[in-house]
Amino acid sequence: MAEKNISSTKLEEVEQGCVLYNLDPIIMKYHYEVDYIHSYAQDSPFFAGLAKGELKGSRCTKCGSTFGTPRSHCMNCGAPTEWMDLPLNGKIHTFTTCYFGGQEFLDETPFTLIMVEWPGVDTFFLSRLVGVAPEDVQIGMEVKARFRRLSQFKPTDVYFVKADV
Amino acid sequence: MRPVYMVSGGITKFSKASPNKDFRYMVKESFDSAMADVPDLTLDRIDGSVASYFSDHFTRQLMAGIMVHDYLGLTPKPSRRIESGGATGGMCFQSAWEAIASGRMDVVAAFGFETMSHVNTWKGNEFIALASDTNFDYPVGGFYTGYYAMMVKRHMHEFGTTVEQLAAVSVKNHKNAMHNPYAQFPAELTIQDVLNSEMVSDPLKRLDICVMSDGAATAILASEEMAYKLTDKPIRITGVGTGTDAMRLADRPSREVILLPHENPEDYKNLKYPGVHSFRGGRVAAKEAYKMAKIENPLEELDFVELHDAFTSSEIQTYEDLGLCKYGDGGKFVESGAADLNGKVPVNPSGGLLACGHPVGATGLMQSVFAFWQLQGNVSKHFGGDGALQLKNPKRGLIHSHAGTGTYITVSIMERGF
Ligand SMILES: [Zn+2]
Repeated sequence: MAEKNISSTKLEEVEQGCVLYNLDPIIMKYHYEVDYIHSYAQDSPFFAGLAKGELKGSRCTKCGSTFGTPRSHCMNCGAPTEWMDLPLNGKIHTFTTCYFGGQEFLDETPFTLIMVEWPGVDTFFLSRLVGVAPEDVQIGMEVKARFRRLSQFKPTDVYFVKADV
Repeated sequence: MRPVYMVSGGITKFSKASPNKDFRYMVKESFDSAMADVPDLTLDRIDGSVASYFSDHFTRQLMAGIMVHDYLGLTPKPSRRIESGGATGGMCFQSAWEAIASGRMDVVAAFGFETMSHVNTWKGNEFIALASDTNFDYPVGGFYTGYYAMMVKRHMHEFGTTVEQLAAVSVKNHKNAMHNPYAQFPAELTIQDVLNSEMVSDPLKRLDICVMSDGAATAILASEEMAYKLTDKPIRITGVGTGTDAMRLADRPSREVILLPHENPEDYKNLKYPGVHSFRGGRVAAKEAYKMAKIENPLEELDFVELHDAFTSSEIQTYEDLGLCKYGDGGKFVESGAADLNGKVPVNPSGGLLACGHPVGATGLMQSVFAFWQLQGNVSKHFGGDGALQLKNPKRGLIHSHAGTGTYITVSIMERGF
């Protein structure tokens, strides 16, 4: 690195810039992104479970409410919950096929989103349905969980397919 | 609590992009147009402000609220920023109401804006989807239209709602906007046009969904004493209500319907509620606001409604949450013409979000301004002489602002105070 000349009276010129679209008003485009350190904290066992082929929900230790998603405390009474294994087979409560999406997912379209329901579990689970043509998806269809072999520690480590495949 | 009035309002024309004006300038434009309507209101009589904008990502500027407050010449008076997703504007309106109802202030400027044009539409969709649980919902396919599509699929399954009924909402609102010079996307459409538009997330098509916008709006609220000093046509805010629900759509329970005064438990014997087909938060907000405004039967006692139709489906779901019809009858309600401009209770006479646009932080305040002009009987004056959207002698209107998948919802009742 060159030594800084602190007595220089000239601000150094740089060869960096942006895309300039327009001068009046001045409109420009530049890129920005960050590295972000994220912790799943108390929800970590859910993601660890996906890596082992387990789907974990929550059960309230006080009122017995059951949840299809991780919640360390009960949304009905506030008491701590314990982990419970969710059945790997469930039914489609509702669904959609997305032909567009946020930029991050555009190249994955079309993809089908489903809410999974289980008897005896009070709430649902959001996931993707794979291997079923959009026109063949139906509310009430039986589906089963599958897991990615190479975990990414994301909720997409689990996805669903038709129960009879 | 002291009575609270709205004394003036202003909006900018909502547009796809506004590169010649930044957010401060846009708010200033809406603020000045509100101030011009009440000449006796000088800056020194404003006690403080509330700022409304949704996304720091769109602005790429933290504390943008104070930059506007500063630009308007209101420093060093009190100000605060409100953020509650799509309901930010409605919540800002209620925050200003609280400042006056409590006696803390006599005149408050509630202003809002959003500048969504700085990223492309699909990046914008990604920014909006960050308002869903980023651990569990966003990574699965973060896309709000997808979430709403799942909700309406279940609504169709439970109640038999049809895509033609959804399309009828789009036709109605775009048509109303033909006479609203502030609207971004007025259009004469047919049901078939909507059904033929590009599929985005089944069953929601391009014309079932509002567009992204740049825009700003300002509402000025005042105490009773100040209101009658400033204008001979003040509009009283007689009820406010706010409801919430779980962030994750998956976490919605299945319970019994929360009833409004005119409903019976027998109406909903086998309905699991809210599930993902209805907005419990909207029902709670309506219930609180109706109680304060002493409304027993909303269909009979409201003259019009400006509601948050980010999707055609959410307008239908909201008819039901607000008790304009029974749960499940929303599709038939729009089909019957009851929500038309000349219907039993005109819904979104302005054109709503679908046609006006949805610059998030401005949207809820825009609704208050349209409702205000409607109740003052001043639509023609503000719409360049076109009075086609002016309802005949309306006395009471409702505004409804809505966030997330029904996560924050506000309902406010406005009544003629003269
Ligand atoms: Zn509990």
